[in-house]
Amino acid sequence: MAVNDTTLPNANVELSPEDFRKIGVDEKQAEVIQRESLSAWQDAWLRLRKNKLAMASLVVLVLIILAAIIGPFISKFNYYSNDLLNTNQPPSKEHWFGTDDLGRDMFVRTWMGARISLIVGLAAALIDLMIGVIYGGIMGFFGGRVDAIMNKFSEILYSIPYMLVTILLLVVFEPSIGTIILALTITGWINMSWIVRGEIMQLKNREYVLASRSMGAGSNRLLFRHLLPNAVGPIIVTLTLSVPNAIFSEAFLSFLGLGVQAPVASLGSMINDALTGWMYYPWRMLFPAILISLTMLAFNIFGDGLRDALDPKLK
Amino acid sequence: MKENHLIEVEGLKKYFNVGGGKIVKAVDDINFFIREGETLGMVGESGCGKSTAGRTILRLYEPTAGSMRFNGTDIYKLPPNKMKAMRRDMQMIFQDPYASLNPRFTVSDIIGEALDIHKLAGSRKERKYRIEELLDMVGLNPDHATRYPHEFSGGQRQRIGIARALAVNPKFIICDEPISALDVSIQAQVVNLLKELQDRLGLTYLFIAHDLSMVKHISDRVAVMYLGKMVELADSEELYANPIHPYTKTLLSAIPIPDPEIEENKKRIIMDDELSGPIHSAKGGSGIEQEDTRLVEVSKGHWVAAPYA
Repeated sequence: MAVNDTTLPNANVELSPEDFRKIGVDEKQAEVIQRESLSAWQDAWLRLRKNKLAMASLVVLVLIILAAIIGPFISKFNYYSNDLLNTNQPPSKEHWFGTDDLGRDMFVRTWMGARISLIVGLAAALIDLMIGVIYGGIMGFFGGRVDAIMNKFSEILYSIPYMLVTILLLVVFEPSIGTIILALTITGWINMSWIVRGEIMQLKNREYVLASRSMGAGSNRLLFRHLLPNAVGPIIVTLTLSVPNAIFSEAFLSFLGLGVQAPVASLGSMINDALTGWMYYPWRMLFPAILISLTMLAFNIFGDGLRDALDPKLK
Repeated sequence: MKENHLIEVEGLKKYFNVGGGKIVKAVDDINFFIREGETLGMVGESGCGKSTAGRTILRLYEPTAGSMRFNGTDIYKLPPNKMKAMRRDMQMIFQDPYASLNPRFTVSDIIGEALDIHKLAGSRKERKYRIEELLDMVGLNPDHATRYPHEFSGGQRQRIGIARALAVNPKFIICDEPISALDVSIQAQVVNLLKELQDRLGLTYLFIAHDLSMVKHISDRVAVMYLGKMVELADSEELYANPIHPYTKTLLSAIPIPDPEIEENKKRIIMDDELSGPIHSAKGGSGIEQEDTRLVEVSKGHWVAAPYA
């Protein structure tokens, strides 16, 4: 056909029904989903893996946790023996992180301190999680008067200056890891409970919850099969972000001398010890300070990454 | 129970307290019945209380007043254990196929949930068989039972919602705008599926919608709701041919006609007096809301709000 042909291309074509052939579509085949089946968790993991900063933080966290577990064993020193002939030594082949004012090995003490800080941080966060989810879940699920009373109670508790409560508690009870965890969780769970409450309140009016109710589902099924599993993203993120908070609070209390008692060390108490001579023996402050900063930074970045991965719409 | 009325709703009211001494009369004294195997369409604009009425009829919301008899039993008077058993007979298909399926559940969890709640499947194998049967019934590939909702299209999701409702072998299904969130091309598929299932399983529907032409297609009778009240109720042919209440006339005049010439010359009826909204002061205030809500039968099977009869 010529390019400048002005007639329509099909103008002279005679078509009869025989020219057509039915190809046909298999309806069942048309509906088949090709993509690999992914659960919400697998999907989130794929997104998280793409976030380089978050993955680097995860690696750092794993390394810190591993070092806190095995670090004290790979040195020939222990954390409590004094060596008064070798006080305030700078880092050397013998003492990798130097020694403190009583000649104790800083390498072992730093990782022991990290161990204590991590235990306190994780334990406090987990207790916050348990109390917060139960309390917040009840508030959100039942709503109405139950919610009003319980929420008011948590607001009152929240309005008491938390340092005051903590210091009072630590003065009355013997300072120990247990007391510190108790002091941190006495008000720490409130934030978690508010997060859970908000999530549950929002989720309980979703149509899938109504659908489950219309089938006769009881409160247990609604709460544990529908509501909490769908609130788990924000819960995990809050959990991850509350660990560094607890670690920081512990360090702060230890820095004030209200934390674990010598010879047990935490990162905060080591920084406190180092304060007296930090101009002359900076390594005594440097190593615990770097470690605590790194831990908090890694937890925060990882928590942010986790939030983006679990709820991509927020980004 | 008269004739073969499966559903009888009488004096149903659902008020919400919105604080500040205000209440919303979302559903205000509605009365109707649905015969067994029949489809009653319920139309009205957004916020007129259609969905609330549907949810209250299933007792997902506790009613403020009134009764709802299923096969002669007033379900509002049932204790929790009897109510749970009763829920097997009444199910609901929801409007938003994206919000009505739990994103953490697989398709078989979603459909199987009702089987678990009512212990309808004796064994794992039986449960799997029943789920595949239901998927097949709504035209979905049974191989997809292990998939998650986000992997499906809107129309497919709505089919999953239908399969879920059918799992307990209900007699009565409330379709709460089941097609308004779907593409027009998919709407017909879903409506035809619903009709086909009705013929096959002898279902009774309350079909809530705001799309009048679709409602006409599927319903035997149509009820018009306005500001929480039912203003007109008639056989679909009769209602569309001979509307009496001004609101019904307004609604019908808003249906687009697929003929440009007629459409161009058509006169839209706009209601002149804007009636008071559904928010009222708790003490009862403005006069217009006290309007008579009784329906009067003007011709056989054609009921209209008393002031217009």
